[in-house]
Amino acid sequence: MDAVIEVKDLDLAYDDFVVMNGINFSVKKGEIFIVMGGSGCGKSTLLKAMIGLNPPHKGKVLYNGLSFWDEDERSRQDIMCRFGVLYQGGALWSSLTLRENVALPLQLYSNLSASQIQDMAAFKLGLVGLGGYADFYPAELSGGMKKRAGLARAIALDPEFIFFDEPSAGLDPLSAKMLDDLILDLRDNLGATIVVVTHELASIFAVGDNAILLDADTKTVIAQGAPKDLLANSKDPRVISFLTRGEKQGAGR
Amino acid sequence: MDRYIRSLFYLQNNFTFIYKAFRSKITLMDKTPSEKLIFDYSKPKALQLKISGDWQLSAGLPLVSEVLTQLDSHKDIAELSFVVSRDFKWDSAFISFLFKLSRVCKEKNILLDAQGLPEKVEKLLPLIPAQSEKIISRKVSEEPLLESIGSRVIGVKDAAFSVLNFLGDIVLAFKRFVCGRAFFRKDDFFVILQRCGVDALGLVSLITVLVGMILAFIGAIQLKMFGAQIYIADIVGIAMVRVMGAVMTGVLMSGRTGASFAAELGIMQSNEEIDALKTLGVSPAEFLVLPRVLALVIMMPLLTIYADLMGIIGGFAISIGVLGLNPIEYFNHTVTAVKVSNLWLGLIHGFVFGIIIAVSGCYRGMRCERSSAGVGEATTSAVVTAITSIVIATAIITFVCQIIGV
Ligand SMILES: Nc1ncnc2c1ncn2[C@@H]1O[C@H](COP(=O)(O)OP(=O)(O)OP(=O)(O)O)[C@@H](O)[C@H]1O
Ligand SMILES: [Mg+2]
Repeated sequence: MDAVIEVKDLDLAYDDFVVMNGINFSVKKGEIFIVMGGSGCGKSTLLKAMIGLNPPHKGKVLYNGLSFWDEDERSRQDIMCRFGVLYQGGALWSSLTLRENVALPLQLYSNLSASQIQDMAAFKLGLVGLGGYADFYPAELSGGMKKRAGLARAIALDPEFIFFDEPSAGLDPLSAKMLDDLILDLRDNLGATIVVVTHELASIFAVGDNAILLDADTKTVIAQGAPKDLLANSKDPRVISFLTRGEKQGAGR
Repeated sequence: MDRYIRSLFYLQNNFTFIYKAFRSKITLMDKTPSEKLIFDYSKPKALQLKISGDWQLSAGLPLVSEVLTQLDSHKDIAELSFVVSRDFKWDSAFISFLFKLSRVCKEKNILLDAQGLPEKVEKLLPLIPAQSEKIISRKVSEEPLLESIGSRVIGVKDAAFSVLNFLGDIVLAFKRFVCGRAFFRKDDFFVILQRCGVDALGLVSLITVLVGMILAFIGAIQLKMFGAQIYIADIVGIAMVRVMGAVMTGVLMSGRTGASFAAELGIMQSNEEIDALKTLGVSPAEFLVLPRVLALVIMMPLLTIYADLMGIIGGFAISIGVLGLNPIEYFNHTVTAVKVSNLWLGLIHGFVFGIIIAVSGCYRGMRCERSSAGVGEATTSAVVTAITSIVIATAIITFVCQIIGV
């Protein structure tokens, strides 16, 4: 299968502060791709460059062969319509109820009638287990519930590319498992291509087809491949200790 | 009486507290820091630290630099060891002392022998990172004077561009709104309209009635000398309608609505709500800024008219109630003095101030840093920007009116 997302020689920086150098990877259609790395190493920054929020310092991000940051505003917008994004903190619109939050993308980009949109919103909220909370405002929810509502909004339009920033952080083990199943369902049944930023080992092994590991010290990608292969075959002590929570220090040490 | 007794008790309690603290200080002072640490050079090429007494946070402890001066004066030392006495007490303050000491020893290639230390301390020692942690350099803004002046000038230019950019976005959003293609929720718009209109009436009434009263009193003192007190009606009417009503409303609304716009948008910015709009292809200028600007631009002229009326009522009340003027005469004077052109001028002020307040509030909110301190800063600077701009705008309008003779 072809690569639908390609990241080429990407450098990330905030002004003079370099976050990452020379990131290269590609994501195939229908794949669940994991971005791993320690806290503060630049995972969210990478995601922001991929979804069009912060232009990268250098390099390209290609979607189906189109170089995102080299396109004009309009075609960038066309690509962005096909994204669903779950932000690290949920990022729900605080002046809208959950129902309205999920309905807003539908109002923008679907041709459904108002009542169909309401049904859709209720259905998506039900998928993440928040069916009963449709009329709540985000401020009235717990952190984990906000995450799930954010997820319902991210998948409102059945997007082609879904980006998750630490979806299971702040969820209890059962909800986290439910979320993993949901991610697999989205891929299997909607054919979405999914990029997940996470350091939850259980999820990494449960859902990840492919992964990269970012390293804050060298500011580069230090490993790439299927998580299980990485664990079985990697010779790099940093990779092994990340994937085993430091319990095995790897061959090198 | 009861209260006095209670406060006496309170005082007494305090005194006991201070006395106890004083006494405990004395008992703690049993060893001075220099007595807690004794240097022993009895073995060749080795220094033994004899440690005793209380080495806890609350007691205070010797400085590492004391050991350092000892090491500097005995260059041949290759090993450092410890002996602790029975009365030795420690907490993390001692660990931090050791932490620094181990760094020093590493630099000087001296062997640190921890065997003499209590077992638990020995176990904590491996937690100390082997190398000093890399300090990740932040951008620090310590520039030479000339350079900082230069970068400020460039900063002003950048700020001007970004304000113009922002205004441009609003104009474009307005154009799309006129064409019916803008995406904003009517519900949101009406909520904002209510918040910056009806909800502000109480405050505006209170302040402008008082301003009208003050104007009447001040006018009365001067006009009494000429026996022309009835002209208070003219002064209050013209002053309120021409500028005071609009300026007072503007200042009030800067503090009330401008600040709340900045805080709302600032918090949305730090919650990534604005990012979420952008990835969905919704322009924040359309969805968030435009309804706020429109609401305030509609409401400010209306509030101004209301404020004018309230001010005139305030002046009327004082003139009739306190100064004893004839109500009918007062009314007639007001009606003849306040011309339609004055009313228009007041409305123009209100309109301009509406734009100023909404734009500075939204601008500061959208440019807010992603932290709670950032939101506070955005709010403050929104109010300051709005009030300053209001005063400047008033000066310009007054000057222009002078020239064209309105
Ligand atoms: N707005 C910003 N301005 C400057 N530096 C930033 C900004 N946001 C993040 N950084 C820096 O960029 C680096 C990467 O941050 P990022 O948020 O991408 O980390 P992360 O990998 O997502 O971490 P986490 O797992 O904790 O979410 C950090 O060192 C941080 O200090
Ligand atoms: Mg992050």
